[in-house]
Amino acid sequence: MAPSNPRRIDQGRVVTFSFEGQTVRACEGESVAAALTAAGIRDFRNSIVSGQPRGIYCMMGACFDCLVEIDGVPNRQACMTEVQEGMFVRRQAGAVEVKA
Amino acid sequence: MIPNENFADTIIVGGGLLGSAVAWGLTRLGQKVIVLDEGDVALRASRGNFGLVWVSGKGEFLPPYARWSRLSSELWPQLAEELIEQTGISPVYQKPGGVMFSLTEEDLARKREQIGRMKDYNGPKGYGARMMDKAELDEMLPGLGPDVLGGTYSPHDGHCNPLFLLRGLHAGLQKAGGCYVSDAPATKIEKEGSSFVVSTSHGRYAGAKLILAAGHGNRWLAPQVGLEVPLIAEKGEILVTERARPLLTMPTHLLRQTGEGTIMIGDSHEHTGYSTRSRSTVIADLARYAVHCFPALAQLRLVRSWGAVRILTPDGCPVYQQSELCPGAFSINCHSGVTLAGAHALALAPAIAEGALSGELDAFHPRRFANGTVKSAAH
Repeated sequence: MAPSNPRRIDQGRVVTFSFEGQTVRACEGESVAAALTAAGIRDFRNSIVSGQPRGIYCMMGACFDCLVEIDGVPNRQACMTEVQEGMFVRRQAGAVEVKA
Repeated sequence: MIPNENFADTIIVGGGLLGSAVAWGLTRLGQKVIVLDEGDVALRASRGNFGLVWVSGKGEFLPPYARWSRLSSELWPQLAEELIEQTGISPVYQKPGGVMFSLTEEDLARKREQIGRMKDYNGPKGYGARMMDKAELDEMLPGLGPDVLGGTYSPHDGHCNPLFLLRGLHAGLQKAGGCYVSDAPATKIEKEGSSFVVSTSHGRYAGAKLILAAGHGNRWLAPQVGLEVPLIAEKGEILVTERARPLLTMPTHLLRQTGEGTIMIGDSHEHTGYSTRSRSTVIADLARYAVHCFPALAQLRLVRSWGAVRILTPDGCPVYQQSELCPGAFSINCHSGVTLAGAHALALAPAIAEGALSGELDAFHPRRFANGTVKSAAH
């Protein structure tokens, strides 16, 4: 069960980025996945197979569940990407469209 | 003392695609079977394959194998339907036909020669594969790169989800009353009275018949029942991309797209013994060649790669044999466990149940290697 009020462990310089237009505060050195989770955001995309919401799972780069679009690049693993000031993060919307 | 529940009509050593398909087929005939599987320390070829259900080019130098592969493709729809009905697990079998393409004139000529050689192998049924020029290929499979000169198409080729196939066979054979024992490597095979007794760390199991389907493990198991199996280890590596919107209209010998959108890239060959380790040089070569053949792939990210050890015989065709020293003991090996699942479940299993590998099945006996003139072919 997810805690309803996740408590942030605050350390280091503050970094802000956006998720679906919403500003998210993070700490320097955190992964995008950790920052989103600390901000109470758990659903990063919908499963292509079932349509069910997906978010963090292994938090170590093995499961490919925490996929988000970062700065226009789709299917980035949020747990393997460190937050950067001004990052533009969106939910990963389905399968990638390849341009002919 | 062997407990009652460890007795079966047939004991099968090896729960991969080959052992499981035959075991499933035997339960379908009303047999009580026990499948003994080594566990995840095994080489696991059945989980490392590409998922093609492929007929083209198989058996170019052994016509019975061409007919066996074709038979399997004809039995596949029935296997798929029965698995769905019995277990609810679909192997997602699709047969849009298959394409093989060439980037050199030499390779095109080779394919033309192969079709010429194989055209009468199926008699009046016909072989099915035909040459395609670049324009025809582009219409059938848009997106091929400019260096693709042409290729072949066969309506008998297709693909499936091989992991769901294996899972369905496991679920089905157990639903029909069979047992699947995991983490039970066979350590010894003996004859006690009229039963074959297999010792494992989980205890001893006995059956009136014994089938060795342990992949490379057959090399040391088969001699225990007076059989020999010449097997060659060859590694194949596979690359897996992120999920993409539908891009490949049909499966090819190098690339296929799964229903979920993943694109798989394969067809490498290495001789590194029983190693399954991925090598970055091979990954790079596979990726480079794939992009050369289908340029749009360059836009996709790879998420995974793996290596698996193929089970090859000197000619790449299956080896099925029954022991003369120990009648009732069979040893079976093949490379194309996915393609041949239909034949294994619905034709080989009944033949083994009857106790005879006769007719065209005799062509798969390893005595064919004895004269030394073996041509290695497409696998």
